[in-house]
Amino acid sequence: MGEFKVHRVRFFDYMPSGIRALAFNRDTERMAVARMDGSVEIFHCSDRFFQEKIIPGREQCGIEGLSWVGERLFSAGLNGGITEYDLTNQKVKYTIDAYGGPIWTITGNQQGTHLAVGCEDGTVKLFEVNEDKIQFERNLDRQKSRIVSLSWHPSGSKIAAGMMDMIQIFNVETGHSIHRMLADRGVGTSRSKECVVWSVVYLSDGTIVSGDSVGMVKLWDDQTGTLIKSHNVTKCDVLALSVSQNEDSLVAGTSEGTVVQFQFVSMVLGKDDNEWVRTRTFKNHTHDIRAVAEITTAVVSGGMDAQLVVKPLLDKIEVRSAASALRKIHFPHRRLVFCARKSGLMLFQYPGHLELWRLGESEGKGIPGSSLFVKRNPEKLLHLKVKGEDHIRCSAVSPCGEWIVYSTASSLRLYRLHCDNNNVSITKISKLPKVLSSANQLCFSSDSSHLFSASTQSSVHIVSLSQSGCKFVGTLKPKSGSHQAIHLLAASEDGEWLASANSDHEVHIYNLQTRKAHCTVPVYSSAVTAMGIHATTNCLFMMYADQQMCEYSIEQKQYTDWSRTVQRKGLHRLWMERDTPCLNVMFNPQNPSHVILHDTYMLCIIDQSLPLPDDKTQFYNQLTLKSLTEEQRKSHSHAFKVCKTFKDILCVELISDQSLVVVERPLEDVATQLPAPIKQKKFAT
Amino acid sequence: MAALYEGYTLCGDGTVQNSSNIGILGVEQGRDIDHVLVTDSSRFITVYKVSDQRPTGSWSVKQGQMISCPAVFNTQSQEYVVVTDDKVVRVWNEDDVNLEKAFKATVSADVLRVLSATDSEPVVLFCCGAVRFLDLLLASPQQPIEHVLNTFPINWSKCTKRGEHCLYVQRFDPNTLVKHRFETEPGLSAPISFSATCRGSNIHLLYLYLNGSVYESVLPLRRSSTGAEGVLSLSRSLCLSLPLGEEKLMSGAVVVLDEAHVAVVGFPHPSAGPCKDYLCIWNTHFQTLQACKEMAGRIYNQLWCYSGKLYIPHGKMLSVIPFECQKSSLAAALGKLKQTSQSESKSCSFVSSWTVQTYSDVTQTAEMKSRMSTKNNSDVKSALTVDQLIEHIKTSAVEDVQAEVGEFIRWTPQADLQLAVGRLALELVSRSQTDANFYPQCVFLQLLETRYLCYSVCPELLSLAMVKKDFHLCQIAFQIFSDIPEAVTCSYLKTILSTPDSEMETVNLDTDSVMFMKELTRAQSRSDEEGGQLNGFCSPALESDVSDSPSNKLQRDPLALDMSCPVGLHKGALLNEVLQAAYSDRPLLPHLKDLTVPQVFLQYLRFLYFKYCHDAHKQIRALRTPSISQIIDWVCLLLDAHFTVLAVAPEAKRLVSDLHKFVRSQVKLYAELCKIEGSLQVLKNSKRSEDFGMYAIQVIELF
Repeated sequence: MGEFKVHRVRFFDYMPSGIRALAFNRDTERMAVARMDGSVEIFHCSDRFFQEKIIPGREQCGIEGLSWVGERLFSAGLNGGITEYDLTNQKVKYTIDAYGGPIWTITGNQQGTHLAVGCEDGTVKLFEVNEDKIQFERNLDRQKSRIVSLSWHPSGSKIAAGMMDMIQIFNVETGHSIHRMLADRGVGTSRSKECVVWSVVYLSDGTIVSGDSVGMVKLWDDQTGTLIKSHNVTKCDVLALSVSQNEDSLVAGTSEGTVVQFQFVSMVLGKDDNEWVRTRTFKNHTHDIRAVAEITTAVVSGGMDAQLVVKPLLDKIEVRSAASALRKIHFPHRRLVFCARKSGLMLFQYPGHLELWRLGESEGKGIPGSSLFVKRNPEKLLHLKVKGEDHIRCSAVSPCGEWIVYSTASSLRLYRLHCDNNNVSITKISKLPKVLSSANQLCFSSDSSHLFSASTQSSVHIVSLSQSGCKFVGTLKPKSGSHQAIHLLAASEDGEWLASANSDHEVHIYNLQTRKAHCTVPVYSSAVTAMGIHATTNCLFMMYADQQMCEYSIEQKQYTDWSRTVQRKGLHRLWMERDTPCLNVMFNPQNPSHVILHDTYMLCIIDQSLPLPDDKTQFYNQLTLKSLTEEQRKSHSHAFKVCKTFKDILCVELISDQSLVVVERPLEDVATQLPAPIKQKKFAT
Repeated sequence: MAALYEGYTLCGDGTVQNSSNIGILGVEQGRDIDHVLVTDSSRFITVYKVSDQRPTGSWSVKQGQMISCPAVFNTQSQEYVVVTDDKVVRVWNEDDVNLEKAFKATVSADVLRVLSATDSEPVVLFCCGAVRFLDLLLASPQQPIEHVLNTFPINWSKCTKRGEHCLYVQRFDPNTLVKHRFETEPGLSAPISFSATCRGSNIHLLYLYLNGSVYESVLPLRRSSTGAEGVLSLSRSLCLSLPLGEEKLMSGAVVVLDEAHVAVVGFPHPSAGPCKDYLCIWNTHFQTLQACKEMAGRIYNQLWCYSGKLYIPHGKMLSVIPFECQKSSLAAALGKLKQTSQSESKSCSFVSSWTVQTYSDVTQTAEMKSRMSTKNNSDVKSALTVDQLIEHIKTSAVEDVQAEVGEFIRWTPQADLQLAVGRLALELVSRSQTDANFYPQCVFLQLLETRYLCYSVCPELLSLAMVKKDFHLCQIAFQIFSDIPEAVTCSYLKTILSTPDSEMETVNLDTDSVMFMKELTRAQSRSDEEGGQLNGFCSPALESDVSDSPSNKLQRDPLALDMSCPVGLHKGALLNEVLQAAYSDRPLLPHLKDLTVPQVFLQYLRFLYFKYCHDAHKQIRALRTPSISQIIDWVCLLLDAHFTVLAVAPEAKRLVSDLHKFVRSQVKLYAELCKIEGSLQVLKNSKRSEDFGMYAIQVIELF
């Protein structure tokens, strides 16, 4: 089948940022995740946890809390502001100051009318949620210490607030405190340290659950203001609590990295006197768990170790499937590495800067499995810092390696790169057309003569590039449909076609000659995670979050025969069970029937000329094939050639000399750069 | 249990050839059990002396000629027989150098196999199904051969012949042929491998299908000749279902080792993944895998078994793998039974080479004779039969009985002995019970030493010994019997504990066990002298105890507490035997509750436990010693059974608290070890990661 020279790159020092808050929207099944760097991500829980939207963060914006109000998302942070997000265009809509100092917590009531925030100055502030903004309404009785956590009673008439050493219950109507419940401090030396009530949950039956820095999960009665029961969960802090929708299960996240589940079960079979009983403990984190959320069938948790863990609750799952497996999301579902195919350059996108590297060169030939002598080491050409506080949203390098472009929420910058021998210099292109003020996604045409910039309302602006500068050419607009931001762009090799995919799963194809919409691919229920246009056949190859794949003939405006065959026969079980989305689609110019794909754990070449595997076929057959003779291989091979040599892959790209670039980010390397976990249990480690 | 020992290569490289399974045509028994005859598919016939792993003779046929069936050794005439080019029978002896000059005869039909049996004339099986004795055939080589099978070709043969799904059994005296039809299932082709054994008056035929099923059919050796005509259907019973891997199997082979064990090649190991290159021994009674061995290189699905050794071609060599199958009991199958040590079990490993023999009446007696000849006495037979001996037992004096039984055991073949020993024991016990003066201890010991006796055969024996306080016999019985009920174990324990030490010390016991006890108690006094801190080990319990109550400091080291043995040497030796007996805890527990003074026993167990933790036993060379897990199991059981007694009784308080202290210190020690294990694990893991730095250019190949 073939040999490939692989540039195995591990010097991309990408560090995922720790998770600070989670908010689950039951109606839309979306999980909002806030990270330490201020970015907010939206995951689609019923579409294999695909990361649909990313709103990049900015410097100095520590988000402390997230809250959905209907389909609107709000966050609040230590900078004292409350932010609403524009989820359609994936950016911040507005920020207003609450004037109460740093905000520790934000929560909306179930009725969707009010937001409550807990401030450093000891006030709980209520905001009315209006049509397009929020409006400060009033303060509840001011307390002496900061408000660390808040929870509305489902009726919306009372609020429980966790503070230093105590929990207060407020009547929302009057704003007065009804009860004050004291949380015990720890024993021994921690006696002098105050007990922080990190999290409270107010249940509809009047029970208040609290998690504190002493390691206790306590249950209180709001009628009498007394402690019902307390569970010692850990020696360190209980940082987060979450209750299931029907209030029969509760999860607590601790700074040891464990998630402890409590269930409301009857102690005597058949009787109705239920009690909260500690049932299960999950340990999937190495560091503090800063946020947990119990969704319909799983517990989602995130913390300092920057991974989002989805632990399915097997008692709530009826059919065992790929959706019911433990899922750990380490890396974003977007590309962070771009290659200039024709010049062997790589662009690494970090939150606050870009790095441009030149690949190394090898000498001689080697047998498969061997490493070649590296004649020239890879070289860092450029370190480009972002102007302003906003983080990079998207970036691109042109195939010829001459142009670099990036965009933040507020600005877009285009640079021209001059490389002669060892002197590298860049010039910023000034006087950009007005339409290029910001982009959701960027892409160059294959001859590097045009830049495509995805803008608001699913439109794409075309800019022509030349020695003298750049010129606005036109705007491609979809015929109809949603205005969701575009997250993928793909231009054809011959410069004829451009495809765009947005978060409503729509894929539009434009004719670049006429600059008109050509057609729309039938909308599929799952999000497009990667796509590419075939160089010779001009077929659009799409990968979906649910691991399905489609090939759509642009010229004939219909699915190809191969695609129909795949749909009819179905994909192999092992292919469908993979838990990371494919992030890039490439085509082998030497063999038009080869499609190259990759996800986090594998690299796959699909040979469209070979038969598809059925469920009885051995799917991962490379080792078997290796041991067979040339003749026998023919009868054993199938279309999916999966290479598992690499892991923790961020990017695979085919460059023009037929070699592959594989950018890996080993999780061990990430782990070594994380701060030390709170507790070191093992001897000498 | 069965075990496969380390094998060795008989012949390697080149002798077994290339890819197909025609490398070796066959391995046959040579002139004695130490010689085998290897026929390879090219042109060579080689005799190997197995124990020396070297060839002692080799013959080849001329270029262009082809050996068409494995050569055999004719034990009657001490000559070798082989068939070349399907029709030419060649006979030669050890001294002949050139095969071309040997005697040859051309017969009129194609020969399939020549089958040889000990002490009988070889039999020639023709492709058409007819059978002739070799000597009769050679007398007139061109005699016409009738077509027994006109419809089906024979594609496989051993002692039986088969066409598609029929089995033919040829018997020589009288000369009859019976045709059996296999029970078949749809979708299942013919069996791929056969193995037959002769047990009692039946032939047991074991055969293997591609779907992993092993069936057994029993054919009576003597059948009334009336039913001989026509096709009989062959009833079968499933005795083993082998696990199938993912890959489709093409072939496999099965060989019967004894009545409960079979060796299988070509089927995957149930837990080792899809690799088929395993030689496995299965127990057909309990359907358990008893032993397995991975063979390097390809396995050709050929397997032979002669005199306790398996011959298996694999890769480019032919390996000899000695094995042994012990008598299987449920306890052994469940792993509850202690493993008998190698030296003991060797005596009882007898495996007869069943596979390639014609099972006529002739062979059965031959079989018996050959076994007797291994005892270097083929002519003398025991003067007495079992029945006569039993009559004698009823009346004779102890000395006479002893002599007669000794004589009987010496001369009786092993298979018969197994039945006879039980009857003798029963008879002896019943006489001893009625006649108070009659107690032939030596005879019982002799019977026990045959190892054919077990508890269930003669339950009264042990209770008799207990009544007579014959602790020596009890000790030997506990060593040998593996099926002693828990109730009996407990009553024996009670008897031991209730007997005063003074009485016990006079008893003559197994010297090995007494020596162990002596060493154990001596080791204690020695370590006391040395201060018990050879390597600077200072247990955490010691430290914590000291810090708990400083006044303890002046007292004795709590670990060295009271390290003197609480019971006498002989009592200890007997208790050790009980500790090593097989048991199941659930049935044992209620009986253990009846033990009136558990303290003494617990004290002794604690003593052993201390000793073991100080590694005292390691220096002692003894054949049978209780293992530390056995000791701990018994401590747990005893604590379970007597929890309330130990909690209430004031005299037990000190014992229990000492034990607790010691256990706590052990737990702490192991907790520390866990930590070390964790850090070592991390060190190991960190090394394992493939390290090429930040950048490499590699070549990968996809197929």
